[in-house]
Amino acid sequence: MVVGKEKPKLIVNGKRVDGRAPEELRPVRMEVGVLKNADGSALVEYGNTKVLAAVYGPREVMPKHVALPDRAVIRCRYRMLSFSAEERKSPAPSRREIELSKVIREALEPAIMSELFPRTAIDIFIEVLNADGGTRTAGVTAASLALADAGIPLRDLVAGVAVGKVDGVLVLDINQIEDMYGEADMPVAAMPSLGRITLLQLNGVLTPDEFRQALALALYGIRKLYDLQKEALRRKYISTAEE
Amino acid sequence: MSVTPEQPVIPKIRLNAILNVMSKGVHTDKRPLHSYRQIEIKTGVVPNAEGSALVKLGNTQVIAGVKLEVGQPYPDTPNEGVLIVNTEFVPAASPTFEPGPPDENAIELARVIDRSLREPRVIDLSKLVIIPGKKVWLVWLDIYVLDHDGNLLDASMLAAMAALATTKIPKYEVNPGTGEVVIDRTTRTTPLPISKFVATVTVNKIGNYLVIDPNQEEESIATARLAISVSEDGTIVGMQKMGMGYFTEDEIVKAIELALQKGPELINTIKASIGMG
Repeated sequence: MVVGKEKPKLIVNGKRVDGRAPEELRPVRMEVGVLKNADGSALVEYGNTKVLAAVYGPREVMPKHVALPDRAVIRCRYRMLSFSAEERKSPAPSRREIELSKVIREALEPAIMSELFPRTAIDIFIEVLNADGGTRTAGVTAASLALADAGIPLRDLVAGVAVGKVDGVLVLDINQIEDMYGEADMPVAAMPSLGRITLLQLNGVLTPDEFRQALALALYGIRKLYDLQKEALRRKYISTAEE
Repeated sequence: MSVTPEQPVIPKIRLNAILNVMSKGVHTDKRPLHSYRQIEIKTGVVPNAEGSALVKLGNTQVIAGVKLEVGQPYPDTPNEGVLIVNTEFVPAASPTFEPGPPDENAIELARVIDRSLREPRVIDLSKLVIIPGKKVWLVWLDIYVLDHDGNLLDASMLAAMAALATTKIPKYEVNPGTGEVVIDRTTRTTPLPISKFVATVTVNKIGNYLVIDPNQEEESIATARLAISVSEDGTIVGMQKMGMGYFTEDEIVKAIELALQKGPELINTIKASIGMG
């Protein structure tokens, strides 16, 4: 973080610091099957936020005592690469990363049909390559693509996006500056076809009315990301089928 | 790595019995689904701490303490004091808690409380500056769970709020030559500047019911939980979905309504316990 920097104006003439309208996503890129060894993988970019997800499994659980008799254990690690942010991040796991690994696992658990694979493990690794706000939600979006790519049965894809409140305006898909200087940051993830919200956090202050609007805005963004997810999967598997 | 936890073994017949009781609109201890167990808040329980509170929520017990130390401000907020929140689930509190560094549940609980205090500026950190840019008060808020019978987050927030609201800053002198701060902990006079009160209401999804303040057994069959922190000015100051299940949009709207209704009750309970009621 830059010392003594003044809070910039986050909304000018109705536009945001990067020129977007309040309800506009950043340019999104999704690519499925980017790693050779992993059973499933995906790279997701929301603007300058770049996140890689890899899935291994269902596979044998090591150590064995972690295994569950009636379902697969889901193991999830969210991590930021040391050079992914403005300041170098120590490679040791931070409290934030420990919390986010849990929150992301719990965002994916409702989607994975883990009861089909008792006594196995499904491992999800999320590596943040470049952080510019919204890394956990991009991580969820990427992880659910990687799970689909690994052929793991899902109830639905999970997509995530963060809504923020900056200079009093609710905005979709906040970036780092908006997160740092804004009044609220609300990451949301959902299974759109089933209408199930699987991740919801609020870091900041909202009135109940603002919250309802923010949730609606997040779900609108999630729908768009969901369509892009399906497109990314089709791109990979339809071209593979034609070969 | 965050790993799917082992699910507690609850016989199906017991699970059905609990859901059956809840279908009648009450908890297994017969109180309404949207009510809290008896709340007892005792402040000043640890004389050596600058502020402390012991909270009993039914059989759940949580102790929170505040220690103040002189330290350096963060470089990006040179004119503000520093708040640090830690939580520990001590092994005495439950057969399932193990000694060792805080696990993901303890870390999550501490971070949810930290955010719910920080974002609405519950403590006016700008009033905790000793020498601008150089020396400020560090507010160490440490929460220990002593006995686990469910709803640790709501109990912890009650304890945190009561401890902070009764914290007194020790007398100190700054040596004008060296800039050294000498603290006299025997004389504590100035209260910690508290701008507003907040409370956390965790709404549990058990079967198809939205339930408040479950005991440990009821909580163990909740598929998802939504912690909602509310301020006395009627705003939402923090939220966290927990657990392996999901919420529908409709359920979330109902949960918020519940929190906005129950939060002020909790805040009044804290205020009454410290003589502000």
